[in-house]
Amino acid sequence: MAVAAQSGRADPIYAGTRIPSPIPTQLDVDPAVRGTDDILTVNFGPNHPSTHGVLRLVVDLDGEIVVGIAAKVGYVHTGFEKNMEQKSWWKAITYAPRIDYLAYQANELVFVLAIEKLLGLEVPPKATWMRMLLAELNRIHSHLVWLGTAALELGAISMFWYTFREREMVLDLSELVAGYRMHTRYFQTGGLAEDIPAGFYPECRKFVEWMPKAIADYDGLLQKNEIWGERTRGLGLLNRADAIALGQTGPVLRASGVDWDLRRDDPYLFYDRVRFRVPVLPHGDTYDRYRVRIEEMRASVEIVEQCLDRLERMVGEPWIADDRKVVLPPREELHTSMESLIHHFKIVTEGYRVPEGEVYVAVESPRGELGCYVVSDGGTRPWRVKFRAPSFAALEATATTVQGAYIADLIAIVGSLDTVMGEVDR
Amino acid sequence: MAFEGVPGLVETREAFGETTLVVDAARIVEACAYLRDEHGFDMLVDLAATDYLGWGAPGVSGYIGTAAGRNLNRPMTQGLQALPAPKPKRFALNYHLLAIRQGARRLRITVWLDDAEPIASVVSVWPAADWFEREAWDLMGIPIDGHPNLQRLIMDEDWEGHPLRKDYPLGGEPVRFSGQE
Repeated sequence: MAVAAQSGRADPIYAGTRIPSPIPTQLDVDPAVRGTDDILTVNFGPNHPSTHGVLRLVVDLDGEIVVGIAAKVGYVHTGFEKNMEQKSWWKAITYAPRIDYLAYQANELVFVLAIEKLLGLEVPPKATWMRMLLAELNRIHSHLVWLGTAALELGAISMFWYTFREREMVLDLSELVAGYRMHTRYFQTGGLAEDIPAGFYPECRKFVEWMPKAIADYDGLLQKNEIWGERTRGLGLLNRADAIALGQTGPVLRASGVDWDLRRDDPYLFYDRVRFRVPVLPHGDTYDRYRVRIEEMRASVEIVEQCLDRLERMVGEPWIADDRKVVLPPREELHTSMESLIHHFKIVTEGYRVPEGEVYVAVESPRGELGCYVVSDGGTRPWRVKFRAPSFAALEATATTVQGAYIADLIAIVGSLDTVMGEVDR
Repeated sequence: MAFEGVPGLVETREAFGETTLVVDAARIVEACAYLRDEHGFDMLVDLAATDYLGWGAPGVSGYIGTAAGRNLNRPMTQGLQALPAPKPKRFALNYHLLAIRQGARRLRITVWLDDAEPIASVVSVWPAADWFEREAWDLMGIPIDGHPNLQRLIMDEDWEGHPLRKDYPLGGEPVRFSGQE
């Protein structure tokens, strides 16, 4: 990319590996300086505003330089996976979006896809297009929150107001379509919970037209901002091999020069039917992670537009599968059909049964590969649900990325991994 | 894809379009290194432990007639219409692998473990295993042999028990009432 080339940063990022040994996720202070008075151990967090939740970093400083770091997590562990084992499949969907509260649609989607894979359920095209549309709107939403807070942490407060303006638009669209601003629970096993309201398309069109201008505005505010550039370029390095070895996915992996996006390389939904660019940058630093996210927002807008083109022609088509053993019958049938009433009662009280088996489904969430491993014993409740959280893996890279950084840059570097503690701790 | 050469391979299963290799627990590190080097599975995306204690134990229930007669759904049963296939041991440890190259191949390695049966760490194969193994130890109580830093990850250091086990109570902490010593 032209901008990256101008900056004159060396490529490759660094030779060999910087993953600490023997503990890959923890940077230990050199024993030679450990005992001296020069090392100051600082507790960073858990309640620091820049930790995007409650992350605690135990940082060893030599002057202002980070020479040791250990991340402590678990402060918002709420037992989602344990709780979901106690709920019927139907009710467990409600838990999924709350795990990663910024990428709620992606979480909802991956759990619903896992159930559908076990059930072997066909989803109507209209529902699939709408799922894609909402997942991409949600990606924009998540990146906007990241961009606003990341800039805020480096002192650029105005970015926050602009990104949250656009975030508000996305949330308004969510509210319009699902009745809730976040954690919509709009994805239902078999399709969508409700038909798409008629007013949604024009409103979404307005957003699609507006958003590229807004992204250009963000560029205007940050791209040529000297302070932003100085504080992000060449910092938080992670090379290609280390990123793969540490299980990095999503923007962090793509900013390390790995051309990898599940939407393109392992397509789910209808991602193989839309055209979009996958931004890949080579320098593996905070700046490239920021660029990747900006370009991803542009790509998401393109995908939303293509989904809208299809959806507008699909008015009146079914939005949920017609499988009465899994999907609630239409409300009006309950007054006339005994069978529908029984189905409704059974699904709501006992829940539907999901065939025995285990599946792993992965989607590209705004933070990377979001996986859902589900085991069913053939009953009405999941036997085991495990979310593969991209943030969880991202935090494993802290020890590699912050080596030799200044304490002031630590905030920007850890922030650039874009972690949401809700999904790390689950 | 032929996996005959995988060290310690017990069984290959195909279900729901996913391939699962059941591997002998004693040779897990060998098997993982082989799959990484020979088959190109360069990323460990997930490590999921499952506790199968009580698997199928609530018995068959529901509205469908069973061998034992018509069994109405008792509260808190799983509502099974058929007994699920029995599992060889209590715990399954599932390694989900991904090849970051054309085709996005995925693979699951399953290792069966009894309670307190240790499994060798694969941190030497994929550094990403560090936290995943700590999580498996913390929440499921699977002892990891040779892990460089096997401490609790999610729960407090002094926490008792492993919350995701099936015999771990849901009810939370015991409540102390006033007047109670």
